[in-house]
Amino acid sequence: MNVQVRETPLVQATSKIAIADGDIHPARFKASEFDPWLDQKWRDRIALFGTRQRQPWQTGPAYPKGQPNASRRDAVPPEGGKQGSSLAFMQQQHLDPNNVALGILNPLGSGQGIQDVDLSVALCHATNEWQIAKWTGQDKRLKASVVVAYEDPIASAAEIRRYADNPDFVQVLLLSRTSEPLGSRKYWPIYEAAAEVGMPVGIHAFGYGGNPMTPAGFPSYYIEEMVGHSQAQQSLLASLVVEGVFARFPTLKMVMIEGGSAWAPALMWRLDAAWKRLKAETPHLTRLPSDYIRDHIWWTTQPMEEPEPRSHLADAIGWTGWDKFIFATDYPHWDYDDPATSLPLKISEAQRHDYFIGNAKRVYRGV
Amino acid sequence: MSRHVVAAAREIAPGERKLVNVRGRPIAIFNLGGEFHGMLNRCPHQGGPMCEGKITGLVTAPEPGKYEWGSAGEIVRCPWHGWEFNIRTGQSYCEPERFKTRTYPVEVADGADIAEGPYVAERIPVSVEEQYLVVDL
Repeated sequence: MNVQVRETPLVQATSKIAIADGDIHPARFKASEFDPWLDQKWRDRIALFGTRQRQPWQTGPAYPKGQPNASRRDAVPPEGGKQGSSLAFMQQQHLDPNNVALGILNPLGSGQGIQDVDLSVALCHATNEWQIAKWTGQDKRLKASVVVAYEDPIASAAEIRRYADNPDFVQVLLLSRTSEPLGSRKYWPIYEAAAEVGMPVGIHAFGYGGNPMTPAGFPSYYIEEMVGHSQAQQSLLASLVVEGVFARFPTLKMVMIEGGSAWAPALMWRLDAAWKRLKAETPHLTRLPSDYIRDHIWWTTQPMEEPEPRSHLADAIGWTGWDKFIFATDYPHWDYDDPATSLPLKISEAQRHDYFIGNAKRVYRGV
Repeated sequence: MSRHVVAAAREIAPGERKLVNVRGRPIAIFNLGGEFHGMLNRCPHQGGPMCEGKITGLVTAPEPGKYEWGSAGEIVRCPWHGWEFNIRTGQSYCEPERFKTRTYPVEVADGADIAEGPYVAERIPVSVEEQYLVVDL
């Protein structure tokens, strides 16, 4: 029996303000979509040995997800395949009705951070070419991220420079859970290249660096991984600041993706207070930690904090700054934020414009 | 208020659902073991389409380590954030004191009665031999 369960999307783009979406996840319809850009030796290696994450589990994520493929159940394309694998359906369900004028692609599961570093480099390059062929070359609203094999920062820097003059690429993509804290000098070639080509470095939650989600080992539940992303991002942000990344690369911009944001003011307060007393330990810093954070860091909004009363949300955003947020949906993932309902606050037109698109246009190059 | 014929009863098998539209309002009709229940196709949290949610039950625990499974087939989870609602009452299990989704009583009526009216049966041909689902709105 073929009974209708899905609404026919109504295109109401003209009645809605144009928005940016700082976190869209495109997926492959089938694994072989990368084949045109993978040498036979890499395809053979994947078939024989697989792509192993730096985690104790042979396959699959460390924690189960809230919905199949961690995605909206209503985002399965009519032709089948994983959520996010059809451009036509992404346009019909998300880009058109939500009037997305600028969508930033953050491909996950494409080989970043896997054990076999050379394979990681090959897979990341295939992902970048695939983004052009399947997405940005087909829809000019979409912009790609240079996906890099961050555990090989030299190869990553070369990959970033390869797309220096390609306007389809507006960001470098890292994941948050690397093998060392992201301020480590090991990763500086990535930051040097990103600053050179004028792309912000987006740091998306997840990744398997080989360490448990918490400093005290593996927690039991998925919910602990979800809220743990905020802790992971606080740790890497503190590392970036105190190791001197922003002192060394004064034009570098970074975007914290999907790790929450209400923690940011408290982290800045604590860093500032401690640093004033401990300056001798990090004399390479010439400004307050919060000054570096305010000048170099932006946050995507999803998953939006949902405090009661709602006025606390306005407080938290205001403490960090309305100019520091880039709206994001996380489409097609299950914890998607809807642009019509996820910011339940009365704010000025200027604030609304900045939050939904203005800030993004100031952060991503050439958009 | 008028009475709307939204579907033939046989279209929705037990455990299944159908999306209908009544005066511009999208309503998910669920068949709960022969009972029919309507629910607005908008989750009160962020607007997810309830008709595409998973039908499930509830896991509860009187104390840590003791799990109980109940209300099998009576709960729908929003396809986005997984908020759970009682299909009969619309009550949310995520925030029961704050949220309830809009529900619509669904009546099963004989085609013979419908033919006499007064019903609004847009695009649904009514046969006197069949049973139909009717929503008042």
